[in-house]
Amino acid sequence: MPISLHVNGERVDANVLPRLNLADFLREHLQLTGTHIGCEHGVCGACTVRVDGEIVRSCLMLAVQTDGASVQTIEGLSDSGEVADLQAAFRDRNALQCGFCTPGMLMAAHDLLTQQAEPDRERIREHLSGNYCRCTGYQAIVDAIETTARGRTRSRP
Amino acid sequence: MKASAFAYARATSVVNALELLEAHGDRAKVLSGGQSLMPAMNLRLISPELIVDIGEIAELRGISVSRDVLAIGALTRHADLLKSPEIAAHAPLLTEAIAHVAHPAIRNRGTIGGSLAHADPASELPACMVALNATVVIRGQRGERRIAAEAFFTGIYETVLSARELVVGVELPVARKSAAHFFHEFCRRHGDYAITGLAAQAIVESGVFMDLRMAFFAVGDRPVLAKVAARLLNLPMTPAILADASAALADELNPYEDQQASAAMRRHLAKVLLARSTSALLGRPDLGNGGSV
Repeated sequence: MPISLHVNGERVDANVLPRLNLADFLREHLQLTGTHIGCEHGVCGACTVRVDGEIVRSCLMLAVQTDGASVQTIEGLSDSGEVADLQAAFRDRNALQCGFCTPGMLMAAHDLLTQQAEPDRERIREHLSGNYCRCTGYQAIVDAIETTARGRTRSRP
Repeated sequence: MKASAFAYARATSVVNALELLEAHGDRAKVLSGGQSLMPAMNLRLISPELIVDIGEIAELRGISVSRDVLAIGALTRHADLLKSPEIAAHAPLLTEAIAHVAHPAIRNRGTIGGSLAHADPASELPACMVALNATVVIRGQRGERRIAAEAFFTGIYETVLSARELVVGVELPVARKSAAHFFHEFCRRHGDYAITGLAAQAIVESGVFMDLRMAFFAVGDRPVLAKVAARLLNLPMTPAILADASAALADELNPYEDQQASAAMRRHLAKVLLARSTSALLGRPDLGNGGSV
């Protein structure tokens, strides 16, 4: 089926099979491999992307459903500098080891910080509850998000 | 895994969706938010020949209040329910419960109609609909059916809905001023499926239950509206009455066993919830352990 959408601000026209999910479309057709595929049934959060401004599981959305939508992946967020401070905090606090969950973590964390300027640790954990990390034990990830939140609040006039 | 191949049709209206469902029957599956359907397809638990995507049918989305009825369109997403001032004002139980439905990225896509039609016995919304005495509005080519939520669910992933019908919305009575609600679920991790949960709505006057609807979930093949609630009505609550009710609840429930919990553990947790909810709804901290559990 023909689809037409925007990915990271660029218009994309493609012809896809209905069974193709958005995660595979991004990875296989557009070579945007920052979106990771873990469980393929919505549990692990590694494939989190933004569709029309809202975070979603790209493994639970069909590519054909994104016809006319605007999709942002970790590549878009990273290149625009939107999450540069968050990425730096993740590095500083060792909030990643293997890095497989990191794109999804950054997506979810950034989503939280745009909704709420300074969430407490409990709120951060709640918002990330749908993202698995098998390396860090989450403590360092929560630290990094907390640090970023404080930094963003301070830098606001 | 990946879903097996299927044909895809994007319905342009309810009428169009019903035409497609009439023509393809149980070879077709309705795609709403996809947050339960897509996992089932990716795991190849189901392999429909045709997906009827109703996601673009604007008439099925939205929340409205008229007089004493709160109407919610089937395609209203969990995230919309959570943010809605109408829901917070007229069905606060729902606002509280939604925060426990999966995770933010899933709540952004999942819909109330999809959750009800999917009818997972461990999920929150079916139990809330039963507690709130909701009516499920179903449409087929031969017309509309209105079914009480209590009668809508018939088993694990089973409802009265036929393959040729569509849930178009739910209607809830607007909460009365003297209404109180309680929601709690036990789970391993925030957003996971409940091990045992309770959604309850009550009318409390002068510290006495005038009405009480307790819908337990993840303790049976569908949400269970506890008959035992009738024992708690119209009388001043005492620990002895609560203890009797607690024993009766354990008899009434017939929970399943799975890798998360044994039937005995689920029974125990249901009794804990009965005591806690009674205590919270009546504002009686002394009853919190009152089920002598």
